[in-house]
Parts: sequence; C-alpha cells; structure tokens
Amino acid sequence: MTAYRFSVSIMPRDGILDPAGKAVEAALPQLHADNVHEVRVGRRVELTVEADSVEGARATVDALAADFLANPLIERWSIEEVAR
Amino acid sequence: MKVGVVVFPGSNCDRDALHAAQLAGADAELLWHETPDLRGSDAVILPGGFAHGDYLRAGAIARFSPIMAAVREHIARGGLVLGICNGFQVLTEAKLLPGVLRRNATLRFEHRWVRLSVTNRDTPFTWRVPEDALLRMPIAHGEGNYWLPDADLDALEAAGRVVFRYAGPEGNPNGSARDIAGVIDATGRVCGLMPHPERASEALLGSDDGMWLMRSLVESMARVGVAA
Repeated sequence: MTAYRFSVSIMPRDGILDPAGKAVEAALPQLHADNVHEVRVGRRVELTVEADSVEGARATVDALAADFLANPLIERWSIEEVAR
Repeated sequence: MKVGVVVFPGSNCDRDALHAAQLAGADAELLWHETPDLRGSDAVILPGGFAHGDYLRAGAIARFSPIMAAVREHIARGGLVLGICNGFQVLTEAKLLPGVLRRNATLRFEHRWVRLSVTNRDTPFTWRVPEDALLRMPIAHGEGNYWLPDADLDALEAAGRVVFRYAGPEGNPNGSARDIAGVIDATGRVCGLMPHPERASEALLGSDDGMWLMRSLVESMARVGVAA
C-alpha cells in the first residue's frame, strides 16, 4: 500500500447562486479593485488515501467527492494529486 | 404513541420539539444520535440546529450518524419522519427528500416570522390544518433556499409533494424556488420544512399555529397504528 495525497476543489456550478462570492465581490470597491469581477467562493479538501495504485486511490476520491464532499446538484469538483 | 426526537451533536431545537410533541398528546423521548434503534418510537422528528457543526454542508455529516440506519428502517416499515429546519437539511443530504437547501439568496441568516400556505392537506403532517389557513411560524436559518432543476420542480408540484409555501405579506425570506418551504417524499411519510412548528407551539410564544402540524402527526400515528 502506498499513500497518495489529493486535493479536491469544490465550486458552485455555473448559474447557481453563490452568496459568499457575491458578498466578497461587494467588498471589492473598498479595496479599489473595481476591475475584479465574477467572484466565486468554493472550498478545497485535502486528503491522503492508502491504496495499491494511484488509479485505485483516485477512484476512491472520485466516489467520495460525488457522494459526500460535494453536492452534485449544485457543485462541481476537480481532483488533483498533490505532493505529500 | 411515541415520538422520538433525535439529538445530534449541535441540535438545539430538540427540547422544543419534545415539548411540542408532548403538548400534542404524545409520549416523547430524546434519542441520542449514536443510539442504534428508535426505542419503540412510532414517529421520528429530526430537529433544528447545527448537527455536527454543519461542517462541509448543512446536514451532510449527520447523514452518517448511527441512528440514521434505524431511521431508514423506520421509513421502510412505513413510519413517519418530520425534519424541521436542520432536520430538513439532513433529510435532503441523506437523499430521503429531493432537492437541496442552498445558502439564503439574501446573503444573511434569516430569523423572523413568516406565513405558510399549506398546499397539500392530505398528508399525515397537515390533515388537521384548517382549510385556507395561513400558518404563522418563525424561521431561523442560513441555508433554506430550496432548489431543484425546473423539470424536477414541475414533477414535484404535479405530484402534490410541495406541502408548504411561503405566503402572505412577509413573502419568501430566502429565495427558495417557487416559494417552497417544505416538501414530502413519494411515500407521503417523510416530510421536511424550514420553518419551526415547535417554536410556534403556544400563544405565549407568539403563535401556536405549529401545533396544527404536531397534532396532525401525533393523531395520524393513532389513526393508522404505525408499525412498531
């Protein structure tokens, strides 16, 4: 068994209201950042998986992301292997 | 007839729900979320609060509490389950009810009185509600903005599964699709709503309209003799 580390980045799907992104964007003018738009706020989960292969480890993360870490109705996600 | 009120770590309306169930004439008991069975409950309430801190998403972790296996068995036997506020969020995360409760469109935690129209009075949770009544109840939530794709909303409405809608001058407090405040599952035995009937259980609290729901629930258990 080898330990693989992944990051899962979870974002609101396009077109889904993102109040956190809107709230951040609303503060930008006070930082004189009027040229910054389309702020979206998501979250990132990092985890280590013990598995025989990177493919096996990734399959585990895929399943976890779809069933638990993200809500597929309103969120999309991407998975990336990262250094331990 | 016994109502079991589940207590997750972070539940904070469990005692209110217990009180309201007792006022409606039921025996009621708090059930810690690690309890593996429902201790003979005929109906289950998943109360409001912040189960497991609402980490990840509201209700997402509570779905894995040991008692949820017993709740699923209870549903499979035809038992009644009412999810209030966070309990509604838990039921959607557990896929026992359709849809998702997004963050409020207002960008705020909304805590105030609202009015509800009851759009399906032919359920075990609403059959005692007077016709055309607008029920006054409080809300207190940050994620109550109900959503499903339009086609699924059409199907839900066509099946009479939208049970409660925000109505009256107070309007829709959180941006919920089609003013939806509560829905029921396909079996008609599992219901969730964001407003708090248990906080509207005595006139002293500002309204006792929530008791129409509590009495419906408790008296339906007696009426149908729910499986143990």
